Amino acid sequence: MAFVAGALAAQAPAPAAPYTVLSREGRRPLPVRVVNGQEMFALDDLARLFDLGVREDALAGGLIVTARNQTIVLSIGQGLASIGGRLISLPAAPARDGRAWFVPVDFVPRALSPALGTPLDLRKPPRLVVVGDVRVPRVAGRIERVEGAARLTLDVSPATPHTVAQDGPRVVVKFDADALDPALPTSSMPDLIQAVRPGESPASLTVDLGPRFGSMRVSDLPGDRGSGRVVIDIAGQTTEGTPAPQAPPPTPDAPPLLDLAPAGSLRTIVIDAGHGGDEHGARGRDGTLEKTVTLGVARRLKASLEARLGLRVILTRDGDENVGLDERAAVANNNKADIFLSLHANASVRPSAVGAEVFYLSLEEYGDEAQKVARGESEALPVFGGGTRDIEVILWEMAQARYIEQSAALAQNVEASLRERVPMSPRALQQAPFRVLVGANMPAVLVEMGFISNPEQEKQLSSDTFQNAVVQGLVDSIIRFRDAHGAPRRSVQPGTPPGAAR
Amino acid sequence: MNNRAIAAGAIAVVAAVGAWILFVGLPSWYGPKPAAPTATPAAAPSPVPERRITATLYFVSEDGMSLVGVQREIPFGDPIVEQARRIVEAQIAAAPPGLASPIPSGTTLRGLYLSDRGDAFVDLNSSARTNHTGGALDELFTVYAIVDALTVNLPAITRVQILIEGREVDTLAGHVDLRHPLQKNLKWVRTEKEKT
Repeated sequence: MAFVAGALAAQAPAPAAPYTVLSREGRRPLPVRVVNGQEMFALDDLARLFDLGVREDALAGGLIVTARNQTIVLSIGQGLASIGGRLISLPAAPARDGRAWFVPVDFVPRALSPALGTPLDLRKPPRLVVVGDVRVPRVAGRIERVEGAARLTLDVSPATPHTVAQDGPRVVVKFDADALDPALPTSSMPDLIQAVRPGESPASLTVDLGPRFGSMRVSDLPGDRGSGRVVIDIAGQTTEGTPAPQAPPPTPDAPPLLDLAPAGSLRTIVIDAGHGGDEHGARGRDGTLEKTVTLGVARRLKASLEARLGLRVILTRDGDENVGLDERAAVANNNKADIFLSLHANASVRPSAVGAEVFYLSLEEYGDEAQKVARGESEALPVFGGGTRDIEVILWEMAQARYIEQSAALAQNVEASLRERVPMSPRALQQAPFRVLVGANMPAVLVEMGFISNPEQEKQLSSDTFQNAVVQGLVDSIIRFRDAHGAPRRSVQPGTPPGAAR
Repeated sequence: MNNRAIAAGAIAVVAAVGAWILFVGLPSWYGPKPAAPTATPAAAPSPVPERRITATLYFVSEDGMSLVGVQREIPFGDPIVEQARRIVEAQIAAAPPGLASPIPSGTTLRGLYLSDRGDAFVDLNSSARTNHTGGALDELFTVYAIVDALTVNLPAITRVQILIEGREVDTLAGHVDLRHPLQKNLKWVRTEKEKT
């Protein structure tokens, strides 16, 4: 126990933005501390907020947390908790500072929520803990130019009743909810839409209109799978005698710019820009670094997927920083991504080597143990208080095993789409035991866009034309995959053909 | 009574001698030589002219897209852990003309250990990481040249784990998972013979 305390003292806790706890009773801040790279809540703060009892059990080497009638036993040395004998894994062991104990933020949804019997939804990017049936719809917005008008599209999940009203130089969108979880766009057409920002009340948005604002048209479109879509077209003033062409009303039948199809079947994509920070990856002869190329393509791909498919896109890094291989898959897992796409550039001892390659995980290299995990066989684990218990162990380490077939399908789509736009290697589609893919709990592929060690490809890899071609190919492949497979995680029932799942 | 005791004693003595011959004497005369002390690497050079064996080693093809298996004469080693060391040392050494080495320059073998389960642990120095091109395909070639050189030539070795400076590592260059011993995999090896 002393060494845990020592470890914490040695690692100066970094400040982090607090979470907001949203409940029927209102909003309350919940401070966060970063310990050894893990975001943590103070157990005392949680005890106050959720009326918990906390005591240390030195004999058992655990922390006992009582929540209502349930007891959570936290193992001190490792990232494990048990609730009534059920084991739950946590990303890190509890940490201690003086008399105060800290637990990873995931303790709240994974352990506290089942113990209290209350939904506790931890939303990491907006830093929210949503308690119980509080309604906090996710609102993702984007702005596009449609025939001279600006179109603001808001994807609301789940669909929520709302009003849209013009109020002088702004438009206010009010939702019948307790708060919003917004992902708002920046405007590329400031003459029509200056900004989209959170409104004055907690469940509203404000659209600041630009100086050329002329007229507005609002349409509601039903999304599928319980989501909704609000489309606000802002047209410019008709200063000349001729009326400005109005934006056509958006109809699901004729979407020229948007791919309105099954918006709900794919929601979130995590794009992993390979390497970063002092880990440069491969290096070209002229000094081009793999980490720079991967980040450039990742950013372009994010913008393109958001604009064209209205997807929520998260980058594992959006700067030149070190990110651990486990962390990269964890970003995808924590955000419940539907697809994990890792971008890389290849290198060879032979400068002539050329072409893109698409990889998905191979399991056979891991031997019998991995195959056993892939088959989902249960294993006996020790439980607190002695004895063992058979549980279905889903090792995060081998999470990908369950998605191998879907990853293969995704990889085939990526390979086929890239082939239409960029040179491919003779080994274009391969399986390999790649570390970053193993822990991804969703279809996952790794794309080697080209050989940075080939002088010609080095130039290509840092060019706009080539990067855009890769992005275009990847967007095409994601559309193909979505249309063929729908939502791999949530819609496909065992025994149901993917097309029939709805 | 007395005679009987003497006879019984004689039989016991004969039986004991017979048992010794059967279980201790014969095996040492005819059985395999007791294993040479295992921890004598090159300490006692044998007086016999150096024996050599033929082993398949793996190098990067001309187009850089695959490994190519090449038969080479390498020093004989006994016991098996010593033979394994010689194979890895030969694999690390320079490539034959026309082929490239899949092993980063400056790489040396720090040690090699065998477990009872047939897992070999190959401990390389840090050059294997720092001098790597960083390409995923090259990384596969580095790893599988070593894994396949050991598992193909020494059937007693079923899996291979690469260590760096005595420690387990996640990867060499950010891609191939090295946290577990890896099995033989010849899919990176081109099957048709390289013509030189």
